Amino acid sequence: MNNIEKITPDKNARAATGTLAAIHPPTEAKLEAEPAIALEDLCKKYGSHWAVDEVNFIVPKGWTVGLLGGNGAGKTTTIAMIMGLVIPTAGRAKVLGCDMARDRHKVLGRMNFESPYVALPGRLTVRENLNVFGRLYGVPDVNARIEELIEDFDLGDILDRATGRLSAGQKTRVSVAKALINDPEVLLLDEPTASLDPDRAEWVRSRLRAYQARRGATILLSSHNMPEVEQLCDFVVIMSKGRVAAMGRPHELVERFKCADLDEVFIYLARAA
Amino acid sequence: MTARYYYVLRSSWLRLLELIYWPAMQMLVWGFLYTYLYDSKSSMASTAGLLLGAVLLWDVLFRGQLGFTFTFLEEIWSRNIANLMMSPLKPAELAASLMLMSLIRLLIGTIPVTILTWLLFGFNIYALGFGLLAFLVNLVLTSWAIGLVVSGLVIRQGLGAESLAYSIMILLLPLCCVYYPVGALPVWLHPVAWSLTPTYVFEGMRAVLLDGVFRADLMVECLALNAVYLGLGFTTFILLLGSARHKGGLLTMGE
Repeated sequence: MNNIEKITPDKNARAATGTLAAIHPPTEAKLEAEPAIALEDLCKKYGSHWAVDEVNFIVPKGWTVGLLGGNGAGKTTTIAMIMGLVIPTAGRAKVLGCDMARDRHKVLGRMNFESPYVALPGRLTVRENLNVFGRLYGVPDVNARIEELIEDFDLGDILDRATGRLSAGQKTRVSVAKALINDPEVLLLDEPTASLDPDRAEWVRSRLRAYQARRGATILLSSHNMPEVEQLCDFVVIMSKGRVAAMGRPHELVERFKCADLDEVFIYLARAA
Repeated sequence: MTARYYYVLRSSWLRLLELIYWPAMQMLVWGFLYTYLYDSKSSMASTAGLLLGAVLLWDVLFRGQLGFTFTFLEEIWSRNIANLMMSPLKPAELAASLMLMSLIRLLIGTIPVTILTWLLFGFNIYALGFGLLAFLVNLVLTSWAIGLVVSGLVIRQGLGAESLAYSIMILLLPLCCVYYPVGALPVWLHPVAWSLTPTYVFEGMRAVLLDGVFRADLMVECLALNAVYLGLGFTTFILLLGSARHKGGLLTMGE
C-alpha cells in the first residue's frame, strides 16, 4: 500500500531548471490549503483484474504533475476516476475538495480536460465547437474568450473549417483550446502533444506554460514523452500494474534510481515490474 | 446543447432531406392504398381514413423516438460523450436538449408530409382539430420516455445496443393497436395493451374518425400514464448512466 505522500516544495530545484523561470513554484501557504487533486486509496477492479490498486497522491494547487506509466499501467483509469467518469471500486478521488464519484457537478465548471480518446464533433466548425463548449461551461463572454484562444493557439486559418477535416495536429490544438475555454483551475491532459511534430509540440507546451503562469492552474499531465515531462512537471508519479511505482521531482527520481534521465527511470521501473 | 444540434442540422442539407424522405415515402405507399380502398366502394372504404391516420400518428411516435435517440447517438459516434459528461451539463439538461431536438426533427419531417397527404390524397389530418394536438402531445411524450431508456441502454452497453433505436418500437406495434381496436386482441392481452400509452391515442383517433367523438377521458388517462413513464424513463437513464460509470468505458465510448 502506498501512503499519501505530502509533496514538499523545493524552491531551489525549480530555479535550477532555468527553463521554467516564469512559473512560480507553489508557496508553503498554498500547500497548507486544500490540494487541487487528492487520491485516497483509489482502487478500480474490472472483473478479477485490479486496473488501479490503492493509489495515493495529492497534487497541490498550482502544480504540474506528470502521471507516467507504460501501456496498461492504469493511468487512463486513474484520470477517468479523477474526472468522475469512472466510479472507484474503493477509495476516493477528490478534486478541489469534492468527491468526484458523488459531487462532481459542483466542480466540473472549474476543471477541463483533453484526451486522445475523445473528439470534438467533426461536423461542427472550430468556431462552433468552441462556442458550444463555451456556453456549456457558462463562460461569461464566449466570443471574447474564443478570440483570445484564436490568438493563443493560432486558430485563425482553421476557425471556419469542419473540425473533422483538420489534420491530427490541428485537432489537438483545437482540443487543447477547448480544454482552456473556461479558464480551468484544474486541467487534465492525456498525451497533449502525442500527434504533434516537435516544433508544434514545443509550441503547445509553451502555451500551456504561459496559461499556467497566468492562471496559476493545476495540471495533471499524462505523457510518454519524458523530455516533455521534465520540462513541464514539478513532480512525477510513475505507475506500474495499477500501483504507484515511484514518485518525486524529476531530478530526484533520476538521482534516486541512478539513471541518466527520466527516460531511463521509466524503462528501469517498467522492466522491474 | 441545442446550438450544437442546430449546427449539425445546418451543416448538411442531405440530413434535412433525410428527415422528410422516409416519412414521405411511407406516406406515398399508404396513401395509394388509401385511394385504392376509397375508390373500390368495398366495405373497407370506410376504414381507409383510419389507416392513413394511424400511419401518420404511428410515424409521429416512431420518428419522435428516433429523433431523440439518434441525436444522442450522434454524441457517441463523434466520440464526444466524455466531453459532455465532463462539462457542467446535467443529465436533465442533456435530456431536455434531446427532447427539444426530437421535437424539431419531428416537425421538420412531419409537417411537409401531412401537407403532402392533404394535397395528394385529400386526407386532412388537421381536421382532427384539438384531438390532434392531444394525440401528438401524448405520442411525443411516449417517444421521449422510450428514447431515454434506449439512450441509457446505449450508454451502459455501448454501440452494441444501438439497433434498439429501430427495433424497440416494433415490439410495441402489435400491442398498442395502431391499425385495429383493442377488441381485436385476445382478452388476456387487453391489460397489456391498456398499459401502453399509444393504445389510448389510437383508440382516441378511431373514436374521432368513426364516431366523431373526442374521448377526453382517454387522453387524460394517457397523459397521466405518460407522466409516470417519462419519470421512469428518466430514472432508468440516470441509473444506467450510473451503472456505466461503475463499468467504465465512458471515456473511450464510440471508439
